[in-house]
Amino acid sequence: MRRVLSVIVLNEDGVLSRISGLFAGRGYNIDSLTVAPIPKTNLSRLTIVTSGSTPVLEQIVKQLHKLIPTYKVIESGQFVEKEMALVKIPLSEDFNGLDAMLKAYNGTIASSGEDFIVVMVADDYDRIDNFLKAVKKYNPTDIVRSGSVAMDI
Amino acid sequence: MELSGSQMVIEALRKENVSVVFGYPGGAIMNVYDEVYKQNYFKHILTRHEQAALHAADGYARATGEVGVAFVTSGPGFTNAVTGLATAYMDSIPMVVISGQVPISMIGTDAFQEIDAVGISRPCVKHNYLVKDVKDLPRILKEAFYIARSGRPGPVHVDIPKDVTAQIGHFAYPSEIKMQTYKPTYKGNPRQIKKAIEAIVAAKRPVLYIGGGAINSNASAEVREFAKICGIPAVETLMARGVMGDENPLLLGMLGMHGCYSANMAMSEADLMIAFGPRFDDRVTGKLSEFAKHAKIIHVDIDPSSIGKIVPIDYPIVGDLKNVVEAMIPLAKEHVDADKYKPWRDLLKRYNEIHPLKYEDSNEVLKPQWAIERVGQLLGDKAIICTDVGQHQMWAAQFYPFSYPRQWLSSGGLGTMGYGLPAAIGAKVAIPSKTVINFTGDGSILMNIQELMTAVENKVAVVNIILNNQFLGMVRQWQTFFYNKRYSSTDLSVQPDFVKLVESFGGRGFRVKTKDEFDKALKEAIESNTVCMIDVQVDRFENVLPMVPAGGTLYNMMLEYKE
Repeated sequence: MRRVLSVIVLNEDGVLSRISGLFAGRGYNIDSLTVAPIPKTNLSRLTIVTSGSTPVLEQIVKQLHKLIPTYKVIESGQFVEKEMALVKIPLSEDFNGLDAMLKAYNGTIASSGEDFIVVMVADDYDRIDNFLKAVKKYNPTDIVRSGSVAMDI
Repeated sequence: MELSGSQMVIEALRKENVSVVFGYPGGAIMNVYDEVYKQNYFKHILTRHEQAALHAADGYARATGEVGVAFVTSGPGFTNAVTGLATAYMDSIPMVVISGQVPISMIGTDAFQEIDAVGISRPCVKHNYLVKDVKDLPRILKEAFYIARSGRPGPVHVDIPKDVTAQIGHFAYPSEIKMQTYKPTYKGNPRQIKKAIEAIVAAKRPVLYIGGGAINSNASAEVREFAKICGIPAVETLMARGVMGDENPLLLGMLGMHGCYSANMAMSEADLMIAFGPRFDDRVTGKLSEFAKHAKIIHVDIDPSSIGKIVPIDYPIVGDLKNVVEAMIPLAKEHVDADKYKPWRDLLKRYNEIHPLKYEDSNEVLKPQWAIERVGQLLGDKAIICTDVGQHQMWAAQFYPFSYPRQWLSSGGLGTMGYGLPAAIGAKVAIPSKTVINFTGDGSILMNIQELMTAVENKVAVVNIILNNQFLGMVRQWQTFFYNKRYSSTDLSVQPDFVKLVESFGGRGFRVKTKDEFDKALKEAIESNTVCMIDVQVDRFENVLPMVPAGGTLYNMMLEYKE
């Protein structure tokens, strides 16, 4: 089962390694992990996408709570979850239909060079999956996914 | 007050009422040791290995319930200490370990004796710190002691670079702790407690399953009272030996892999398990799908992550066990009828009569169980019992008559060979009025034998009793049972002369082969009031029984082994 967790921790040295070490040491999965400070606080927000059975997910939440720098673990309720992807496409490709596709996935052209363009999309996790399948026809040379960010509502 | 980082360490320990520190100096912690030399607030005991310094602090903590403290230097000093941290972490022992680190400017340069100490200690401590600025040091030290002793206790590691110990800063030791994130739950939820009592009232075959949490929360008196009011039979884990007192008629004994028959059958046939601070270790549960499968489970623990980790729990109660049991007692008095469980108690008593803990004694060769029983007869509650790890540890847990908590000090979770001697030193330093016995094996004792020097130098009169079967006995036992007697690397018959060895350190040695010799040696060892080692030549092939094979079921124990 896939689960998004929003973990609020003290923004201090080594906190990320405590979290990742907890997952590694206990054999839990991290599908994606994003971190950034929360403005005007001494806290950071980690968005962790993980997976496992219900007892495993319950234990992950409890173990995260147990870490001394953990302020809050938000695990239930509704999240707005978004992910970003950057895709490098050679200019030699036929871009027919690309504009419509970008529009459909909240995308834009983020950069361009002598022989490539970089497109950026920001959308739901599973829609990013769909986009990356669809964009294959332009033979992308590089793809970078950001991992999820989530906000509880 | 302006102080150097090193002076702050000393002052913090004074504020925390630390009376003894175990440790070993080295380059990166020399500034601190220079202040140790100048102060007279606490005694410093120089061990001969950093691992032993931590085990000694651990033994001190287990014997007293106070925070044990150790100093080590950077690099190999710290890596030697890791086993001590892991041992304390697995058994939830409150400790503060302060290590030296290379100067901040040299961190990350692979400097001489540099190691990522906080990176290494992270999985085996409750929390750790790398101090980067002397102004943070008073707060960090205060937090370290607070975290070590509060909630579920555990070791806390503070790594201090050498330049921070030299820096001058303002020392204002916080009088109280205000942590934004760490807030253990001490009071159990009243609704859950009420439900638990209702479950007890509804039960026909309840059993108290007592774990190490009962000792950590100093809840022994409350647990005994609760058991008595309810008339509920009790079983103890290895870590909980001494909570009920072996004279208590409600105590069935230790449960688990080498537990007694009645205790394991009680778990298997119970319809309600009242778990007071255990962690459902695999050495206790055996095959999980068959563990207490008829029972609803009440689990009280201060650590929420312990609840439901191994088995599903019907009545979870997060809180300090002492508080929770105190809250349960008046409800139990009002609602629970102890007479109702008499048939259940009688059945378990019958199990105990049919299959008591036993061994075949002999007058030709000394039996290790006899030696332990004999020490128990002679010393009883006058002794604190430490052990190393292996067969002797299980026999001591089975056959010594424990009567109070903190009388039994043994590495349960990690199973650390080499723990016994330094832990015994820590316990004797903590409580000099008690006789401290370290039951050890011929394998275990050699893992920290150098600590005889620490004991002799500091006149810490511990009595080491080697139950010498010239084998790595527990591994040999498994090889006998499960590996068709292929004794791969377990024969330890090439041995030092333990008597000469202890004498070379300045202690007294005895070698015994008969019961009379044993009695005489034990008496002399205790009366000599010096560091002693009694090398007891015991039956080489004695096995620890009963036994639940790993992954087996508690109700299907091996009660005897025949060739």
